[in-house]
Amino acid sequence: MLEFLNQIINGLSLGSIYALVALGYTMVYGIIRLINFAHGEIYMFGAFAGMLAITVLRLPFFLALIFAMVVSALLGVVIERVAYKPLRKSTKTAALITAIGISFLLQNVTAMVMGNNTSAFPQVFDQKVYDLGGIRINSLQILIFGVTIVLMFLLQFIVLKTKLGRAMRAVAVDKDASVLMGVNVDNTITITFAIGSALAAAAGVLIGLYHIRVVFWMGTAPGLKAFVAAVFGGIGSIPGAMIGGFAIGLMEALVAGYGGTMWSPYRDAVVYLLLIIVLLVKPSGLLGKNVKEKV
Amino acid sequence: MKNVLNKRNLITLVIIGVLFFVVQLLIKERIITAYMRSNIYWIGIYIILGLSLNMIIGITGQLSLGHAGFMSIGAFAAAVVLKTNPTLTGLFIGIGIGVLISLAVSFVVAVPTLRLKGDYLAIATLGVAEIIRIVLNNLSVTGGASGISNIKMLMSWPLLYTFVILTIFLTHNFKNSAIGRACISIKEDEIAAEAMGINTTKYKVIAFMFGAALAAMAGSLFSTTYYIVKPDSFGVNTSINILILVVFGGMGSLSGTIIATFIIGLVNIVLQPYAEIRMILYALILIIVMIFRPQGLLGSQELSTKLLPNFKWKRKEKSS
Repeated sequence: MLEFLNQIINGLSLGSIYALVALGYTMVYGIIRLINFAHGEIYMFGAFAGMLAITVLRLPFFLALIFAMVVSALLGVVIERVAYKPLRKSTKTAALITAIGISFLLQNVTAMVMGNNTSAFPQVFDQKVYDLGGIRINSLQILIFGVTIVLMFLLQFIVLKTKLGRAMRAVAVDKDASVLMGVNVDNTITITFAIGSALAAAAGVLIGLYHIRVVFWMGTAPGLKAFVAAVFGGIGSIPGAMIGGFAIGLMEALVAGYGGTMWSPYRDAVVYLLLIIVLLVKPSGLLGKNVKEKV
Repeated sequence: MKNVLNKRNLITLVIIGVLFFVVQLLIKERIITAYMRSNIYWIGIYIILGLSLNMIIGITGQLSLGHAGFMSIGAFAAAVVLKTNPTLTGLFIGIGIGVLISLAVSFVVAVPTLRLKGDYLAIATLGVAEIIRIVLNNLSVTGGASGISNIKMLMSWPLLYTFVILTIFLTHNFKNSAIGRACISIKEDEIAAEAMGINTTKYKVIAFMFGAALAAMAGSLFSTTYYIVKPDSFGVNTSINILILVVFGGMGSLSGTIIATFIIGLVNIVLQPYAEIRMILYALILIIVMIFRPQGLLGSQELSTKLLPNFKWKRKEKSS
């Protein structure tokens, strides 16, 4: 039972990361129906930005986190304007391949600038392990979970209570009608990219702090899993991405904790298998809406 | 019954034969160095991979991002057989086993996932390739994460040439067969194709399995060319490398894929010392081609002996 609770705690902190990244996927997909393949790389970029902010700019941790979020948001905006905007009218395949190209580009530019090896992420907090009658909680896990919850509330506030959020929801439902209602669609899409990128960057900084290292390929696997999380929760749905992220995190932690030597190497495979099953059984995910195809 | 030995086919045969003997002579006279030869092998293997992926993406219009997974099946099948039987027979047995496993896996994967559309399918195939990689990483037969090394090197110009020509022949005939036309109609408009009585699922599965089998064949050739195979060489990046060939050459154009592979092969040779710049260049090619020429170099047109002079220009311009 204690082991189970420990795995739940591991799963929740891992799931926070996936949820933050999944939010970016789901928001972008919701608004322009594009799988932003480069999203995992923005997470990686955010981790590097955070690391450099702490080591080079000597910022305290929370300022470094905000710095990383702002820089990554700018990167997200640039990518959207330069690469995705010209393709908004073209086929989905073309847009998806462009996104893959961007992802490839970001990875290799980072590898060239920062080197192929892992870089150390400075340990700004002393890690404390609290022992609550056998349940071990790492102070960093609390930090990850706390930051994630704060960001999620902030996002919900923006989406549900502000004019900008209303514009985002309107564009997601019907782009053409929103134009008629006086919504600036281009700006709304750009801001969606900025918010999604900032969330991914926050996740990247947190995971860098937790794993004490950053490397150029670190975005690929979490990016894919976060996408699985977004699909699992229902792509396009913001609460769905949160639930999906936590679900994937918990599942991975439980397979790793209980699979033993036989199954735990397959924990990633289990996540992908779940993706395929969800896509086949309920492609709209847990909270997604079913869209009928019209001829 | 059309005459098989018509003028066009004869010209094609002569071109095939002359190219073979010229390169063979150059290798024999050592004008083509060992380094150049390994680049030629790379180009040949990637032509097979590009053409096989083109069957799925270009002809049938189903975006697959898991091609390296099927390639790895062939690579490991050949590597395992070559370890016990390091002869050409062993290689052929390995190719046979790899193709059979690949057909079986692709069938199991294709039947459910090809119901998915566009980007969902892409992600599902990506997931499948990752699952294949993780399984290979943990199997003891395939040597786990370190893979299999010291595989007998059997690759030679005649062997490579035979398989490349075989692939071109198969893919070209596939494209121009009734099945191929059905697949093209699915790419153009799936709903319309269905309304015309085409069993879309069936043809999508056939194209997918055909591509997967050819990819396994290329994988087997890969393992006997490069001495070593490990699961991590067949990750997402490899799938994307193959995708670049298809996209750059033009989806649906076989000759486009071949030309693109030659160009990228040459770029590889020139940029050999600067591996990182090469990857960045690939990424830029992908993005720029998509933004400015989404149909690729040749679009869906073909470069063939039909375009030679002395022939009647009866090709109808495709209205797009």
